[in-house]
Amino acid sequence: MAEGGPILRTPLHGAHVALGARMAEFAGWDMPIQYAGILEEHRAVRGAVGAFDISHMGEFFFTGRGIGAWLNSLLTNDIERLAPGEGQYTLLLNERGGVIDDLIAYRLGAEEYFLVVNASKIEEDGAWMRDRMKAGMHFEDRSAGMAAVALQGPRALQVFREVFAAEAPARFCIAAHDFGKSTALVARTGYTGEDGVEIFLPGDAGRALWDRLLAAGATPAGLGARDTLRLEACYPLNGHELGPDRTPLAAGLGFAVAMEKPGGFVGAEALRAQKAAGLAERLVAFSVEGGAAPPRAGYGLYAGQGRVGEVTSGTFSPSLGRGIGMAYVAADRAAPGTGLEMEVRGRRVPIVIARKPLYKGGLYEGT
Amino acid sequence: MKVPDHLKYTATHEWVRIEGDLAAVGITDHAQAELTDIVYLELPAPGKQVTAKSPVAAIESVKAASDIYAPVSGEIAEVNAALPGDPGAVNARPYESWMFKIRMSDPGELAALQDADAYRKSIGG
Repeated sequence: MAEGGPILRTPLHGAHVALGARMAEFAGWDMPIQYAGILEEHRAVRGAVGAFDISHMGEFFFTGRGIGAWLNSLLTNDIERLAPGEGQYTLLLNERGGVIDDLIAYRLGAEEYFLVVNASKIEEDGAWMRDRMKAGMHFEDRSAGMAAVALQGPRALQVFREVFAAEAPARFCIAAHDFGKSTALVARTGYTGEDGVEIFLPGDAGRALWDRLLAAGATPAGLGARDTLRLEACYPLNGHELGPDRTPLAAGLGFAVAMEKPGGFVGAEALRAQKAAGLAERLVAFSVEGGAAPPRAGYGLYAGQGRVGEVTSGTFSPSLGRGIGMAYVAADRAAPGTGLEMEVRGRRVPIVIARKPLYKGGLYEGT
Repeated sequence: MKVPDHLKYTATHEWVRIEGDLAAVGITDHAQAELTDIVYLELPAPGKQVTAKSPVAAIESVKAASDIYAPVSGEIAEVNAALPGDPGAVNARPYESWMFKIRMSDPGELAALQDADAYRKSIGG
C-alpha cells in the first residue's frame, strides 16, 4: 500500500462494522482494534478460541527452477530443510544484517513456496525480492486478493475440525483444504502463544469462513488483543522490536539464522562480524514491579544515573495483571533477574528483566 | 452515553461535582468508553497545588496513557485512594468514581465549565 494512498479494506471489513468493532488505520488498512474489549478478547483467546482478521498480511507465491536455493540466498533460515508441506520462521535482511522483515516461509511443492509477510512491508519486501530475481523464476504477490483468518486458543482445533471436517496440520506445517468451492491454505501457526491455525483463502470466500468460525464459537478478536497476546508470548513486531538497524542476533532470533548453510545469505557477513565483536545490546522482556504504570514504547530504562535501554513495546498484561514490555538494553544488563528502573512521566519505577516468554500459553503446556 | 444533569463538564471530558468549596473530579461516561479497558490510574498527592487546565493525574488503558486535567485551580484536598486498586470501576461506574477533590482557590472559574446540555452537544449526543 503506497504511503499516503487510500486506506484499504479487507474482505472482512463489512463483518467488523456489523459487529460494531472500533476501527483504526494499521499499516494502510482499516482494521478492527477491538469488538467487545481488549481484555475480554484476550481472555477468550487464552481460555477458549478467538478469530482474527489477518487479511492485511502479505501473501507471496514463488515458483520456478532453483527457487528454493534462490530464496535461501535471501532468507536467514535454511529453507532447504523444509519438505513440501512444512514451514519455518525466517528473516529477510539488508546487507548490514538489519531486518527488512520477519516472515514465515512454507514449502508447498518441490519448487513452490509461500511466504507470509508483514502488511507494512509488502511493497518493500516485494521490491527487494523482485530486484534480485533470476530468469525462470516466478513471483506472484496475491496480498490484495486474499483473505486470511487466524484461529487461536485451546479450542481452536476443535472449531477448525467442525468447520472444515478435517484435522489441522502438524505444528508449522501447511495443507490445502476445501472450503465450499474454494481452496484454503491452512497453517498450524499463530502470533498468540496459543495453539491454532492461520487460514488463507480467496478474498471472496473470506466472509463465509469468518461467519462459520464465529457460528462455531470463535470470539472475534482485534488488533488490540493481538498485541497483548503477542507481547505476553514475546513475539517481536517489525517496526518495534525489529528494523533496518536491528539484527536477528540482537533480537534473540538466532534460532532462525542458519549461519553455516551452503551459499550463505544476504547479511550473513555482517552478522558474522557482529558475533565476533560481541553484541552491544540485546532485546529483553521485562515486567513492572509493585503495581507501577505499564511500559510504553520509547520509555527509557536506567541503572542508577545511566540510561541503559529503551522500551520497544509495552502494555498491561491481562494474563499477569501487571505491566510488561520488551526493550533493547546494554548486553551486560540483559540477564533475567536484573533489576532496572523505567522512567514514567518523570518518575522512576522498578522493573525486572524476565525470561521469555513472559506468559506460557497453551503452546508451552508440559514444558 | 450518560451525562447527568447535576454535574459540570470540561472540554477534556472531566466531570465536576461541587461540594461547598470542594470540586470532586472524575471522567465522563464518554471518556471511559473512548479509553476502553482502564488498567492503571495515577492520582496526585494531597496538598498539591494545581492550576486549571494543567495535567494532574494519569489514566491508562491497555493501549495508551492519557492525562486528566484540573477543571479548576486550588489544592488537592483529598484523593480516592481505593480507585487505583480497582481502575475498572472507572469503566463500570464513571460518575461514582471520583478521583480527587480540589479545594477551589477561585470558584469564579466554575463559570467556564460546560453544563450537561452543552457537554452533550459537544460529544454529539
